[in-house]
Amino acid sequence: MTAAARPVRRSPLEGSPARRRTEGTIRTVLLAGSILTVLISVGIVLSLLFQALSFLRQIELSQLFAQGWFPRRGQFSLPTVLAGTLIVTGVAMAIAAPVGLGSAIYLSEYARPRARKIIKPILEVLAGIPSVVVGFFALTWINPNIVQGLFSDAKGSTLLAAGIGVGILSIPLVASVSEDAMRAVPQAMREASYGLGARRITTSLRVVLPAAISGVVAALILATSRAIGETMVVALAAGASGGSLFTLDPLGPGQVLTAAMASLAAGSDQVTGNTAAFQSLFFLGLVLFVITLLLNLVGDAFVRRTRQRY
Amino acid sequence: MTAASVAAGTVRGTLRATRRDYAGLVFAGLLLLSLLFTLAVLGILISDQLARGLPVFAERGTDVLTSSLSSRPSQAGLAQGIIGTALLAVMVSLLAFPLGILTAIYLEEYAPANRFTRFFDINIRNLAGVPSVVYGLLGLAVFVGFFRGLDVGNGRNVLTGGLTLAVLILPLVIITAAEAIRAVPNAIREAGFGLGASRWQVVRKLIIPAAAPGILTGTVLALSRALGETAPIILVGGILGSFSGSGSFVDLTTGPYTVLPLITFDWARKPQEEFRALTSAAIIVLLAVTLLANTFAIYLRNRYDRKW
Repeated sequence: MTAAARPVRRSPLEGSPARRRTEGTIRTVLLAGSILTVLISVGIVLSLLFQALSFLRQIELSQLFAQGWFPRRGQFSLPTVLAGTLIVTGVAMAIAAPVGLGSAIYLSEYARPRARKIIKPILEVLAGIPSVVVGFFALTWINPNIVQGLFSDAKGSTLLAAGIGVGILSIPLVASVSEDAMRAVPQAMREASYGLGARRITTSLRVVLPAAISGVVAALILATSRAIGETMVVALAAGASGGSLFTLDPLGPGQVLTAAMASLAAGSDQVTGNTAAFQSLFFLGLVLFVITLLLNLVGDAFVRRTRQRY
Repeated sequence: MTAASVAAGTVRGTLRATRRDYAGLVFAGLLLLSLLFTLAVLGILISDQLARGLPVFAERGTDVLTSSLSSRPSQAGLAQGIIGTALLAVMVSLLAFPLGILTAIYLEEYAPANRFTRFFDINIRNLAGVPSVVYGLLGLAVFVGFFRGLDVGNGRNVLTGGLTLAVLILPLVIITAAEAIRAVPNAIREAGFGLGASRWQVVRKLIIPAAAPGILTGTVLALSRALGETAPIILVGGILGSFSGSGSFVDLTTGPYTVLPLITFDWARKPQEEFRALTSAAIIVLLAVTLLANTFAIYLRNRYDRKW
């Protein structure tokens, strides 16, 4: 190589102009994808915002605090759908938190590698079951066999059954995120604990769990957000497809944010165009979007904290 | 007995716990129980659907798969849903996979570590957490409106459904693909650059082949998720109830359509008892599609899981 004799300049290292052009084009094409994802976010926010504002201009504020959620009659009670959502989410997390966390501790601290290899895919299968299937299961199996078996005065479709269904769907998320966090705890901490004579239960609960707490909290927050946004389970199992009065009774039907949207859209031949009933869909969407966005931001912040610690 | 063996015995005695560790046993039992709960739910769910749905297949055979929708349960079938789901699968794969993988490559291999990149990253993570029903609203406002503006039917067709689902799983595809690319060790990149390869050559010849199994797993999981989605399709106007189409390509893409999960939802809320069994039959087909895709993805990952 004769070039070796000459002093090193930058240009030969940068390659030929043609090569640099290709590289530049590719970089631009790839960048377009990232910009598109931002456009999607902007699109979501704008499409929700405009129609929601138009909805709020059409109605009087008192309609948002009517006796119930009956969009076709002009009653858009926000407390009704929020109460339903709160009940369903509460029941769901009461199931998903202990079961998911228990499974995570077992997989991370107790299970042998071979058992893990079999059990983890099974959890992933559960995560892959479409929510409409769980909704039908909640309506036709959980409600008659479990809910009505435990409470004889429970109705044919109940918020409780819907909550259990949503909880089942949330278990894999709680389990996998918090298991990841526990497995990220350095082995040296476990060994130090055992070296001091601690038992496995003490090591799990007093050493590993506190060390992984950020990830566990993140798992619970993200699962809550997912439970609030879950639609098809409540649309099928919570009843009240036409509308519902304000209720706090988990043993009866009730209306939930997401299910109210689904039933509005499922009957959208009647409500379409610029009617208040149709646009209430976007108002509910905006409420849902804001709640889940806040939860996701907080959850993500916790996830990042676990990543930084060790 | 020598003094040494006595000493060894004493040490062993103090190390061995004298009391049974009941709290520990109960705790381990509870943990196992929570895992068994999950497995039991999965088992009951699947066996319950099989018990309800298989008699329908036994009675009508493949007729259930090949007939069109009908308000009469004895004639209703899944054909239109199977076609709709297949069309959506093709559309979602063509739109979301290339776009998602290219974006992941940009974020991992090209993007400078600055404020914009961090913003892209946070934005994508949040998009992945947006409830699917909200994507349905986006599809309704943007895509349905756009196709209606073009005067393509009433805008409620497979194209808008496919676009909506593609946007829905795009963040998922990006995140999983980015994780797979990140797992490729830096030594491989450095080796490529050291031989004088350009960035794109390194990406194309080294990074993509090394990350391919991980990327493939992520995309298949995302596709399976898209095919099971119901709520967004309800919002962008998949047909509930029955309809007839000519079966021509134009009609398939711009006319009314439905998908398997939507039929499941529609039948599940019908009051007639016969539709209960039909719903389970539809669920068996739906689960066969989504769980096969899932199992395939998990198999791929376990088969090609590489520790660098």
